[in-house]
Amino acid sequence: MAFEDQRTTVYKIDPEHPESESLPTLRTEELLLNLGPQHPSTHGVLKVILELEGERLVKSTPVMGYLHRGVEKLAEDGTYHQFIPHTDRLDYVCAMYNNFAYCRAVEKLLNLQVPERAEYLRTIVAEVQRIIGHQFWLGAQALDIGAMTVFFYCFRDREILLDWFNELCGARLTTSWYRIGGVERDLTPSLIDKLKQFLDYFLPKIDEYQVFLEKNRIWLGRTKGVAVISAEDAVNFGLSGPVLRGSGVDYDLRKYEPYSAYPKCEFSVPVGKNGDTYDRYWIRVMELYESVKIIRQCLDQMQEGPVMADVPSVTLPPKERVFTNLESMIQQFKLFSQGFDAPPGEIYCGTEAHKGELGFYIVSTGGGKPYRLKIRAPSFIHMGAFDHMARGYMISDACTIFGSYDIVMGECDR
Amino acid sequence: MHPLLQRIQQTFTVGVAGLAEWRGDAAVTVTRDKLHEVAQFLRNDPGMDFDYIVHVSSVDWPDDEERFEVVWEFYSIRKRHRIRLKTRVPESDCVVDSLTDLWKGADFMEREVFDMMGIRFRNHPDLRRILMPDDYTEGYPLRKDFPLRGKGWRDTFDFLDEVPR
Repeated sequence: MAFEDQRTTVYKIDPEHPESESLPTLRTEELLLNLGPQHPSTHGVLKVILELEGERLVKSTPVMGYLHRGVEKLAEDGTYHQFIPHTDRLDYVCAMYNNFAYCRAVEKLLNLQVPERAEYLRTIVAEVQRIIGHQFWLGAQALDIGAMTVFFYCFRDREILLDWFNELCGARLTTSWYRIGGVERDLTPSLIDKLKQFLDYFLPKIDEYQVFLEKNRIWLGRTKGVAVISAEDAVNFGLSGPVLRGSGVDYDLRKYEPYSAYPKCEFSVPVGKNGDTYDRYWIRVMELYESVKIIRQCLDQMQEGPVMADVPSVTLPPKERVFTNLESMIQQFKLFSQGFDAPPGEIYCGTEAHKGELGFYIVSTGGGKPYRLKIRAPSFIHMGAFDHMARGYMISDACTIFGSYDIVMGECDR
Repeated sequence: MHPLLQRIQQTFTVGVAGLAEWRGDAAVTVTRDKLHEVAQFLRNDPGMDFDYIVHVSSVDWPDDEERFEVVWEFYSIRKRHRIRLKTRVPESDCVVDSLTDLWKGADFMEREVFDMMGIRFRNHPDLRRILMPDDYTEGYPLRKDFPLRGKGWRDTFDFLDEVPR
């Protein structure tokens, strides 16, 4: 019998057998399997076409774009201030860091200095967001691999911080708290107390998460030596964040191009060795300790002061004045609806979000709207290395691999 | 001038169309035929050593003779500096060399530029749409002549009358 498919191979069961000719033959062929788009482990809507040989992955082709909403096109139609809520919807798990990265990029375009207290507040909230992001990742990754308890523990503690966000800005997930030139409002004494209480409560909890995993035979078996990527390849693919550091490349923008209050804090950047899923897990857990350290230092060092730069042509007036003073209301209205006059030019500004380097490339031709705004989304770039990293591993490892990127499709597809 | 730009100016007497430095970002514009050569220099020269690709992007300037601008941004992990490489492409011959042979990460990023702006990359291993559906025929969404509300078959939808209760 002839098979038209080129990849089909016909095997004799035992070619050495004296009656080999009369024995039946076995046929093997590669199998195409669609993983997703609706699959609980795809963290959104992602399809991967897997070419399988038995249970091994021969080739995988990610099919993306199910969550594409044209954010970059929308940016060209609105003013700089109007785009801040759109950034919440990129990586909807960690909105604060998107706001932060965008506001930093616009400030670089305008050459705007942010007051010192605002820089501290930005760093504190960004690190709180990093804790939330890593908790979410740890819970979801453990769940993908089959450890259910860690998920509940992580989400229990994540709830406390989301409620803290709710008290801070009135929203748990889509926060829009950062503003161009500062932040929307100051931390109240009650919020600072709650944060300090949380940090004391949280430190022993990090050890608790690890108790479930670090000696867990299944977890170790499914993460150690899985999806190994060498440092050279990781750099060549443009990976960033814990995925790159897991391969032993010490690349962290908080240290390399210090911004906000990070240069005033002492912290270390954990770097892995083997480039496997376990190292990426280990880095994220170690970063939880570092985040706690950074927040504590910021809370200690922070001095009283304004939380918004005083540049009336660009920054928003304080809310109290908007409600009581006609001129301030007009100023706020004009800034949102017409925008400010940005200088013509182009900048790129990268920020170390918890997933990796989140960058904004803005081209301005003057006027209130960006001419072109490009988002460098780490999730999208990490998916580019998926085929390379998945080759030779099992089907069940596919979920582990894109889980280990901390992928969020809202950011990947934009 | 930025030392990187100075070095590029000394190395390439022809092919460099413009050097710019603004807000600390160094940018070099090259002609299309020299693009791959300059990129190779940026990647392999020990003084440059740009091993990390940051992003690939494109800008549409409908009024210009050479309508599209393709932008690559590179970083050097060892030397800790970054540079932006730009080239212009006319609409009639919308092709530019792919840099996937130098940076593997350029694969998905260039596919996105093709998908959104319709710029073709020569020698790209797998140039298909990436975010829009494969069978999408309504053009390239990030071009300036593409309407914000989209176009195509959705425009022909009738408004439904309100259903009487």
